[in-house]
Amino acid sequence: MAYEQLLEELTGIFRDVLDNDSIVLTEETTANDIEEWDSISHIQLVVAVEKHFKTKFSNGEIQKWRKVGDMCVSIEEKKS
Amino acid sequence: MNTPVIEFNRLKKNLKKDLSSQKEVRIALLADTASQMLTQAIKGYGIEQHVHYNIFEADYNQIERQVFDPASELYAFAPQFVLIFRSSEKLVKEFYKKDVPAKEAFASHIAAHTAQLYETITERTGAKVIFSNYTEINDGVFGNYASKVKSSFVYQVKKLNLLLMDLSQSYKNFFLNDIASLIQQTGYHFSFDVKPYINAEMVYSIDFLPYVAKNTYDIIAAISGSFKKCVILDLDNTTWGGIIGDDGLEGIQVGSLGLGKAFTELQLWVKELRKRGVIVAVCSKNTDEIAREPFIQHPEMVLRLDDIAVFVANWETKVDNIRHIQSILNIGFDAMVFLDDNSFEREMVKQGIPDITVPELPEDPSEYLLYLRQLNLFETASFTEEDGARTQQYQEEAMRTTLQKSFTSENDFLESLDMECEVKAFDAFTIPRIAQLSQRSNQFNLRTVRYTDAEVTATSASEAHHTLSFSLRDKYGDYGLIAYVILHEQEAGTLFIDSWVMSCRVLKRGMERFTLERILAVAKEKGFNRVTGEYIPTKKNGLVREHYASLGFSDGGNNLWHIDTGSPLTEQPIFITVK
Repeated sequence: MAYEQLLEELTGIFRDVLDNDSIVLTEETTANDIEEWDSISHIQLVVAVEKHFKTKFSNGEIQKWRKVGDMCVSIEEKKS
Repeated sequence: MNTPVIEFNRLKKNLKKDLSSQKEVRIALLADTASQMLTQAIKGYGIEQHVHYNIFEADYNQIERQVFDPASELYAFAPQFVLIFRSSEKLVKEFYKKDVPAKEAFASHIAAHTAQLYETITERTGAKVIFSNYTEINDGVFGNYASKVKSSFVYQVKKLNLLLMDLSQSYKNFFLNDIASLIQQTGYHFSFDVKPYINAEMVYSIDFLPYVAKNTYDIIAAISGSFKKCVILDLDNTTWGGIIGDDGLEGIQVGSLGLGKAFTELQLWVKELRKRGVIVAVCSKNTDEIAREPFIQHPEMVLRLDDIAVFVANWETKVDNIRHIQSILNIGFDAMVFLDDNSFEREMVKQGIPDITVPELPEDPSEYLLYLRQLNLFETASFTEEDGARTQQYQEEAMRTTLQKSFTSENDFLESLDMECEVKAFDAFTIPRIAQLSQRSNQFNLRTVRYTDAEVTATSASEAHHTLSFSLRDKYGDYGLIAYVILHEQEAGTLFIDSWVMSCRVLKRGMERFTLERILAVAKEKGFNRVTGEYIPTKKNGLVREHYASLGFSDGGNNLWHIDTGSPLTEQPIFITVK
């Protein structure tokens, strides 16, 4: 569980943006697991994550994301 | 500077609310880019304002198909409003495909196509059509030299925006959603985000969507008959800088003095609204005669008495006075805007009159005008030359109507404020402020004895004097030191009130009664059985003429007033606690 802290913060963001308090993220979570996570709300999530971590992702990075764990990797890269 | 806009996520969450009891407005939304989130923002903004926007959102990039096909979903939906959003990002691509002659005719061509869209829609429905205009992007092909080149995008897009305005003047039901101005206000880098654009074909950033939603709401509301008709101005530190009652005609800031420029520019703007037909009223805690003086005498005032439809300056609550103004104008509270620098007054008015609009003016008066402009409070859907003549009619009406006092539940309001007052003898920290109050206060000043710093210091050290300073705060903020009292022994058993001074900012909160209780407590503690006060009338302190009488003192003649330390006080609840 390398990303425990990160997953907790991301869970908070996902709950707020998707307006669903039952969301609990793991590294393996994908859009298929969460009903509200569609292509439109995905954009909103990306922008919310950028704001929260005060960073910007390139379109190339975003398009590689397949699961929440991939987001964690990108965020860690920005932080280091 | 704080923005007037609600964030997108909150608008989206609004969509879960039950709308069945609210007024329905049928809207069709057609766009040449992805519009799902725009639709969510507009709908959510409507809910915020208690309106149910029933929106038909056409599929992506279907403007022409929906409009020109008589059997389209657009017409089946029977909208009251048709919103058409077209983007410069799409427009520029179309533009680049053209040869030079077609580029030179591009704006005219798009304008003619727009007119055709409008005419087709209005032939088939009674809907009002609201077109967005275009972001005036400089595509960097010609740089600044684009102005000289008819076939540049820069030239054509600016021309197109002008042609769209001309169309809106030719067609009654053609309205413009001025996105270009919104983008100028917020900045293109705020309004446009490459990620939503590249990944989802969205031309507005998530943070910009609420601005578009609000602007769209404003237009629809105005067309539907809901708009502001009146602006009510506070005077001191709102219309001019400083306090007319204390600073006098020469001391208030308007024109060249101090921050005067900021107030002058606000007045110029208000005057322009007045010429457009917005009614201007004044509501101020002041003595009427003193409050009117700048409007008559001050050479640099822009607003004059004949600009003001109803002028109310007295010491009643603003809630009562605004009700009075409303009864003269006979318009809804929801058509009124109240401008006041004082957050206490704003809160009281908002609580007393929930329908009125009370902007949270910035702390710094230099920002008033910028802030008010971006709120777009005075959206309208009509204008005639006669609108400007309205003020005089209301002035006459005001002469006929007398002030009918409608007391609100003032006690409930005061109680809700959680007022706390720190009371203590003068000390090194409070002396400079006390000296300042002593020098400046004219209105709530019973004897108008002026003391310098050194004199205040001497008084505070004197055995024969007793001093009290009062610092007030409530749940909205700290007012600092707002009153002081100087007492000294006059004859055996009698304590004399040498000075009783209070800032007018804290009138009508029970401070007077609270202060009296503190004075009586000091008197008892020091073994006096009587307290004497004196009122020395000046040109400016008419406000406190009845001060001692209203507190239950007995008239001793010669403007002297007495009260026994043991006598019961008048029944009146106090909502200030000692800190």
